[in-house]
This record gives sequence, C-alpha cells and structure tokens, in this order.
Amino acid sequence: MQTLVGIVDLARFQFAMTTIFHFFFVPMSIGLGVVVATMETLYVIKKDEIYKKMTQFWGKIFLLSFAVGVVTGLIQEFQFGMNWSAYSRYVGDIFGAPLAVEALVAFFAESTFLGLWSFTWDRFKPGIHLIFIWVTAIASLLSSLWILAANSFMQNPVGYAIDNEKGRAVLTNFGELLLNKQLWVEFPHVIVGTLVTAGFIVAGMSAFKLLRLKKNDQQVPFFRKSINIALTIGLVGIVGAFITGDQHAFDLQSMQPMKYAAMEGVDESINSADRKDKAQPWALLSVTNPKTHKSIAKIEIPYVLSILGNHSLTGGNTKGTLELNKEFEKEYGKPSGYVKDYYVPENTLFFAFRIMAMGAGLLALVALVALWFNRKKSNLILTQRWFLWVLGVMTFFPFVVNSAGWIVTEMGRYPWVVYGLMTVADAVSPNVSVASLLTSNILYFLTFSTLGGVMIWISRRVLIAGPDAPEEEEATTERDPYDDLTGKEAKA
Amino acid sequence: MSELQFIWFLLIAVLWAGYLFLEGYDFGVGMQFFTVARDQHEREALYETIGPTWDGNEVWLITAGGATFAAFPYWYASLFSGFYLLLFAILMALIYRGVSFEFREYMPTVPGTQIWERLIAIASFIAPFSLGIIFTAMVSGTPIDAKGNLSAGFFDYFTPFTVVGGVAVVLMCYIHGLNYTRIRIDGEMRYRVVKQLKVLYPLLVAGEAVFAVLLFFYTNFIQTKPVATIIILALIVATTVCGWWLTIAKDREVLPFVASGLTLVELVALLFVGLFPRVMVANNPAHDLTITSSSSTPYTLQVMFIVVLTVLPIVLAYQIWSFWVFRKRIVAPKVVE
Repeated sequence: MQTLVGIVDLARFQFAMTTIFHFFFVPMSIGLGVVVATMETLYVIKKDEIYKKMTQFWGKIFLLSFAVGVVTGLIQEFQFGMNWSAYSRYVGDIFGAPLAVEALVAFFAESTFLGLWSFTWDRFKPGIHLIFIWVTAIASLLSSLWILAANSFMQNPVGYAIDNEKGRAVLTNFGELLLNKQLWVEFPHVIVGTLVTAGFIVAGMSAFKLLRLKKNDQQVPFFRKSINIALTIGLVGIVGAFITGDQHAFDLQSMQPMKYAAMEGVDESINSADRKDKAQPWALLSVTNPKTHKSIAKIEIPYVLSILGNHSLTGGNTKGTLELNKEFEKEYGKPSGYVKDYYVPENTLFFAFRIMAMGAGLLALVALVALWFNRKKSNLILTQRWFLWVLGVMTFFPFVVNSAGWIVTEMGRYPWVVYGLMTVADAVSPNVSVASLLTSNILYFLTFSTLGGVMIWISRRVLIAGPDAPEEEEATTERDPYDDLTGKEAKA
Repeated sequence: MSELQFIWFLLIAVLWAGYLFLEGYDFGVGMQFFTVARDQHEREALYETIGPTWDGNEVWLITAGGATFAAFPYWYASLFSGFYLLLFAILMALIYRGVSFEFREYMPTVPGTQIWERLIAIASFIAPFSLGIIFTAMVSGTPIDAKGNLSAGFFDYFTPFTVVGGVAVVLMCYIHGLNYTRIRIDGEMRYRVVKQLKVLYPLLVAGEAVFAVLLFFYTNFIQTKPVATIIILALIVATTVCGWWLTIAKDREVLPFVASGLTLVELVALLFVGLFPRVMVANNPAHDLTITSSSSTPYTLQVMFIVVLTVLPIVLAYQIWSFWVFRKRIVAPKVVE
C-alpha cells in the first residue's frame, strides 16, 4: 500500500503544519485579548490617557494576530472532512458537536464584539466600550474550552459507545464529554500558556523599543508601564503553567503511560522498591536509539522523578516504553501496515517536553529580573542594555514553548487518532490523491511563510512608529440615514 | 426519517442561506474594490462599510461546517473530501481575504496597499464562484462509491451547469453587494452603483433562465418535484425582477437589498428542496447519501438542537444590534485634481 503511506504521511504533515501555525496565533490573540482588556480596564478606572493609548497601541497587534488566527482556524475545521474523512465518519457523532457549539457560543460573540470594539472608540462611553473587549476576551477563552473538549476526547475518549452495526463511535453522554478529566487539565494549562505568550510579546516588543529610545524620551514611561502590566500577567501565567503542567503530567501516568514514559526518557521500567535509594531517578538527558528503542546515553539525577511523578521523595513506579509496547500488543494486537509498533517518537517527545518545561523556567527567571529592574525608583531596565536584548529575544520564545507543548500532546498520542480506538492510518481520507495533498501542502507552506513574514514586518513597523504615531487622517465621514428621513441636517 | 433529522436538514439549509445572505454582500463589496471604487479614499470607504461585520458573517460558514459535521458526519466527510480542491480554493480565498482586510491598513505606500486590496477583490470572486460550483455539482450527481467516498475528476466538477451555477452565485453576490453599497455609501459612488445595476439586472434574469433550463438537463429536480421546483424557480426570477424594478423605477434602497438577499436564500431553498431526502446525489442512485443514512444518532441531534434553540436567538439579537450600530452612511472625501 505504497500510496496509502504517501497519503497518511502527507495528511499528517499537513495537520502538524497547519496546527502549529494556527497555534502560533491563537495563544497570542487570546492572551493579548486579556492583556488589552486589562489595559482598557485600567483606563476606565484610573481615567489616565496613557492606558487608553496603551489599549489602542497593543490593540493593533491584537487585531493582527486575531485575523491570522481566525483564518487559519478555518483550515482546522475543514481539514477533518478533507483529509480525515474516515475519522469524521467514525467519530462525527461525538466530535462534531463541540466544534459546532464553539462556533455558536464563542465565535459569533468573538467576531461580532471585536468588530464593535475596533470600530466604535468614539461612539460609546468608555464603560460600555470596555464591555466589548471583555466579551471578546471571554468568548475566545470559551472557544478554546470547546476546541479542547474535542481534542480531549481524542486523548482520552469518554461518554461514548461503539455502534458495531454502523462501525462508529456514538455519543452517550454529552456531560461526560465536558467533564473529561483530560479537558480540565488541558484547558487550564493552555489558558495560562496564552497569558505567558501575550505577556512576553508585549514585554519583549517594549524592550526592543526601549533599546531605540533615548532615556528621557517621552515614550519611555509608556513602554515601561507596558512591561509591568504584561509581565505581571505573564508571571501569573507561568506559575499557573507549573501547577497545571505538574498535574497534567501526573495524570498522564494513568491515561497515556507511553507518552509519559517517552517524555521522561524511561525505556526500561523503573520499580522504585527494587532500587537502593527506593526512588526513581530523573533523566536530565536521554537519547534513545529509534530502532531498538533503548537508551543510548543518559544523565540521571536521583530522586527527582519520584518527586515529580509520585509527589514524594521516594517511591512510585514508571513503566518503560519497552514494556508498554508489549502490553499494547497484547491489548490491541500486533500492529500492521502503516502502524509498525506502539512506540511514540521518543527523542522528539523527550526534548520537546524539556524545551517546554525548562523554557517556562527560563521565562519565569527573565520575568522576575525584568520586574525587579523595572521598579518605579530604579532605572536598571534602561541602563542594562544587555538585559533589554534578552527580554526582546524572549518575544519569540513562548512560540517555541507552546509548539513544543503541542508536539508532546499530539505526537505522544501516536499511533492513535482517538486513543485506543482508531489509528491515524485508519482515519485518513481514502479518496484524496497524493497530488491534491501535495498541492495543498506546498501552497499552505508558502502562504504561512508569507503571512508570518508580513506579520513580523508589520508588527515591527507599528512598534517603530510608536503609540504617538499620527492617527491616519479621518478620511471618511458618516451620515445617519435616519437624519435624512426626519429632514434633520446631516451631521458630519 | 425522524423529525429531528428533518429539522437538522432544515437547520443546515438555514445556516447556508444565512451565510449567503450575509457574506454574500461582503463578497460583493470586496469585488467592487476595483470596479466601483476609483481611488484609495473610496476603497477605504467601501472597506468601512463591511469592516466591522464581515468577520461575524463568516462565522455562519464555520457554523454551517460544524453543524454538518455534528448532525450529518457522513455528509460532511463525503462532501469535504470529495470536493477537495474546490474547498481548498475557498479556504485559500478566505485566508487571503481575511488577513488582507487587516494588512492593507499598515502598508506604507499606495501600491503596497493595493496588493492586498487586489487580493480582497480576487478572493471575493473565487469564494462564491467555488461555492456555486460545489452546490451545483453536489445536486447534479457525482461518482460516489458504496462507502460514500466521492472520487471525481475535473469534468465531474466542471460542467456547463456548474459553471453557470458558479457565475450565478458570483453575480447574485455582486448585485447584493451593489445594493448594500447603495445603502451604506453616500456620494458619487452611489451613482456608479446604479449605473452598474441597470446593466447587471437584465443579465442576471437571463442567467437565471439559462440556469433553469440546465437544471432540467443536469438534475432530476423538475422530473421528480415539478411543482415545488418550478414555484421556487419562478420566485427567484420574480424576486430579481422585483428588485430591479424597485431600484430603477422606484429608487428604493433597502427593499432591493432584501430582494437580492432573498434570491440567494431562494437558491439555497431550490437546492435543498431538490436534494431532499438525499444530501449527496450519486451518479448511481443506489449510492445516494440520504438524510437517514448520513445523520448522527438521535441523542446527538437532540443535544445539539437544545443548544441551538437556546443560543441562536441570542446570537441573532446581538448580530442585528451590531448591524444597527453600523447603520450610518460612509462618505469618501472628494479628491480635487
């Protein structure tokens, strides 16, 4: 089945590419929504024009990211039918529901109120205008809840039964779908991630700007304040990320042990009772041979995996990938065709997980130093130019961390599309040609490169122009047709 | 077929009708960026008429897609994988259109701005054209196998009927957009709009006649449901003529807009009435996908129906309110040369 392999590989590549690109902009816009809404709230409370300027300035970046996020989200919805029609038939009864609900309860509100927010600055009282951005921000949080409900079903199927006659999974309990244990670790983890992302985008861009400004420039206070607001939100996000991430990994031990074992680089099972120190060591570094699935190189730190995985200094057992593969073969039968074994890409998972976790640690450190340097009475943030560079580079870092997180989540599910129920090879559209997939992959790639490049270029221009850039001259005017009817003078 | 299945078939039709009514006009306005507007100020004014609402309009499509997935997964799977390249074209069009609305505002030079504006115009053409082709191909029969997999070649998609269907949807959207522009724009552009309407309305009526004839040859609508099909066809023509007359003879503005929107709604009605009780028409009638065979379980349909019943009125309320907020006419400044 040479062609099937081609289709599955291309469809998987497309899913990975479109999801990762989409997920560059989703956390950015969700988080920026919260940051911008916070800034506008400060404006309404303190009535200080600087916060209004801040809202409008960062609002531009927010609107840009929102646009790219929405249009790339369309791909995600269509893709299930286009590339994964067998999957759509198998789980449509369950999976379609959260997608449809997302559109109904979240997308409509998001897009309508965002339109109201961005076009009515001079038309409503500040208090009313503030409601628009908060509705947008809350609706986008809701939309991620529904999308993740769908994703959580793929990770940890619940609330379903198998209809053997029609050969599909059917929904038996909608409530269970929403109370999925996986959802309630995944959703909070993603949400705090969006706060981190937006926090570092605002802080990092501000740092780049401060590098360009003279110390007594009148824009300096604007960007210093922006850093403080953004990193306060960002730091809350990081603390949340550690707490939810820890819980997430803990639950994986029972829900997806293969993913957990690969993340922690465990090939041979660890039974802490059999060990001298009665504890599980944690791999700081582990390289696995992809053919034998055995570790080639390993640097271990004693006790740490017991602390992380067992929440105590000693004890806890971790099944290794080798043993788990045998267990899966017993449970699901010997794999065949496209699926050769039940191993996940161990090295990718191991390093992606460390990039995510250690990256978050690095971000926490940078945030703390930045907030310290940026205290009201200190000018350290302006004098320590090296640090501004560090903070500036951090603009891009949350994207790396977020992507790493999704790679762990999605690749760790291999070879399943729906964990334990359906493999990727069985999910693909059998009637789509390699040529179609190749065409779409290439065009998506070119499109994404263009969009990403233009986004960075425009963001840089917005930043250089600064918050005091002259508003584009009010070219158009408005007339109320109602005035025409009543014969009143048209107001310009 | 259960009542719930029938209700969901209706709801999907309503979502498509709502989508074409709403995004129809912003596709139309997009196409007018270089056919009605003559300079940057006028393009800016045109953009401002749809800027706050186009995104909300597009969510109707997302909802239609999601609802089909949830209520008729077999339909969703066959349709989306079967019309792969056409849907891909729509996606590309919607991607470039969506970002262009934002990107154009940040270009430092006029030619830079115009790159994105041209993309908006082209994408606003491609999307309704492809949709028209998909809809007409879907009802005229495609090679679907026993499992529901559709494998069609170029000539299954592109027949005289589907091309006329594509052009018809484009023209309807364009006229719908012209009517919208007339309501929302003040100044010189409104005269240009009326001039174009005078030419395009007779063209559309002629096109609808051709479409009706082709419908007879390419589908079995008239053979199997003669009364309903002919009534809806007559309604489509009558509504178009009515809009034409109201525009030219009566100089009315809002009613022709409603009329042009209604023709799009009636087109959806025609297709869905003809489809019923099928959802996808196969060349071999034994492989037709039907409402009964392609739907979700009663439980899913019921849960989803409750959600729609509670949420849709709220959505409609705030969408209508936002249209009211943005009701004022936009005036582009005159450029003195």
